[in-house]
Amino acid sequence: MNYENIAVSVTELNQYIKNKIASDEALSNIIVKGEISNFKHHYTGHMYFTLKDENSLIKCIMFKTYAEKLDFTPKDGMKVFVVGGVSVFERDGIYQIYVKAMKEDGIGALYRKYEELKRELEAEGLFSEEHKKTIPKMPKIIGVLTSQTGSVIRDIINVSTRRNPNVYIRLLPVPVQGEDAAPKIVQAIRLMNEKKLADVIILARGGGSLEDLWPFNEEIVAHAIYESELPIISAVGHETDFTIADFVADLRAPTPSAAAELAVPDMYEVKQRILQSENRLKLALSKKLEIMKLRFEKCMNSKVMKDPYRIVQDNYVRIDSYIKEMEHQIQNKTQKEKSKYIELVSKLDALSPLKTLTRGYSLIEKDGKLVKSTKELETGDKIQIRLTDGKKEAQIT
Amino acid sequence: MAKANFEENMENLEKIVAELEKGDLNLEKSVEKFEEGIKLSKECNKMLEDAEKKITILLKQGDEIEENNFEANE
Repeated sequence: MNYENIAVSVTELNQYIKNKIASDEALSNIIVKGEISNFKHHYTGHMYFTLKDENSLIKCIMFKTYAEKLDFTPKDGMKVFVVGGVSVFERDGIYQIYVKAMKEDGIGALYRKYEELKRELEAEGLFSEEHKKTIPKMPKIIGVLTSQTGSVIRDIINVSTRRNPNVYIRLLPVPVQGEDAAPKIVQAIRLMNEKKLADVIILARGGGSLEDLWPFNEEIVAHAIYESELPIISAVGHETDFTIADFVADLRAPTPSAAAELAVPDMYEVKQRILQSENRLKLALSKKLEIMKLRFEKCMNSKVMKDPYRIVQDNYVRIDSYIKEMEHQIQNKTQKEKSKYIELVSKLDALSPLKTLTRGYSLIEKDGKLVKSTKELETGDKIQIRLTDGKKEAQIT
Repeated sequence: MAKANFEENMENLEKIVAELEKGDLNLEKSVEKFEEGIKLSKECNKMLEDAEKKITILLKQGDEIEENNFEANE
């Protein structure tokens, strides 16, 4: 029998198996739990280890790009969850898990402890809004409690100096992980307060597992933050991580960079605000002056200011008219009196005897007295006869 | 007179601006407030310019605290 025609090569077999596995969706994206053993962190940055349980084991590889994102250092004996896909390494004819992410197991118990403490402290009033201090707008000194190495302090310095080139930062280094971290953080908070070393404190730590962040979930840290007279901004872990410290702090920043942004005012903005105030002052004053000027002009344009003699003239006209009126009245009166006089005179005229004389009558007077009866006369009396054109002497005979 | 801090100066400045903008003050008072405001803004600016960049690390030496310049290593 000639096997030559039907045999496949080792390479072909492994390729076949590889393709078989690759076509299985369940295997390409899988979460596996197990214990780490034979852990090797290669100098290239890749991680090699096996994942096992009581009865079985599987090889695992985690490439540098993924390994860099781990928030903890894997160790032999550690219980973990790995996320990745199963594939075949053709050269060795082995299948293994290509790990993309890994998370520590055993979080459950710790998480329960966290929830319990959180409830307890909340009931004690440590998270109350009323107790929270306001963050000063212009702190002179920013106190930072974090590790003196690593990206956290660097990020804080970078963001702070970008916002305020003349910022004053005081770093009080504290361990942010491990057993002695919590008591050291407590000491540091108290020291900052006792000596008034800052106007505001940033308590920061980079991302990590719940275990890594645990010091920030310790009750003593919570109380130290609560008792601090200096306002504290917490920035622990990533945006999605919430620690007890975050709840007690006066302000919670999602990241250390954000904490710097909250603590350090942007000098450009502040200067703009001053400039704006100055401009507004100038504008308000010139507006005031403008209004005053308008008011002044309105006064100057008024009749009295423009033609001050006008009123006098008006009054003259009025006086003139009064005088005319008076004259008129007087004239009227005079006219009336005059006609009355004429009437009287004509009446008088009618009564006058002189008129009678003109008609041929005469008057006889004796010793200057009018004679009205013959009895008044005796022979020889001298009399005057008044005629219309004069007197004549006569004697009674 | 105790020297007002920056925040107080800034608050006063903004208060004066609002007062002046209302326009209720007489001219004399307005000029007075204006001068006061300009003085405050100059003071605020001066405070900002007087600040000096300092990044330090506090180290405990027994009971004493030593303040040294701090350089973050890359």
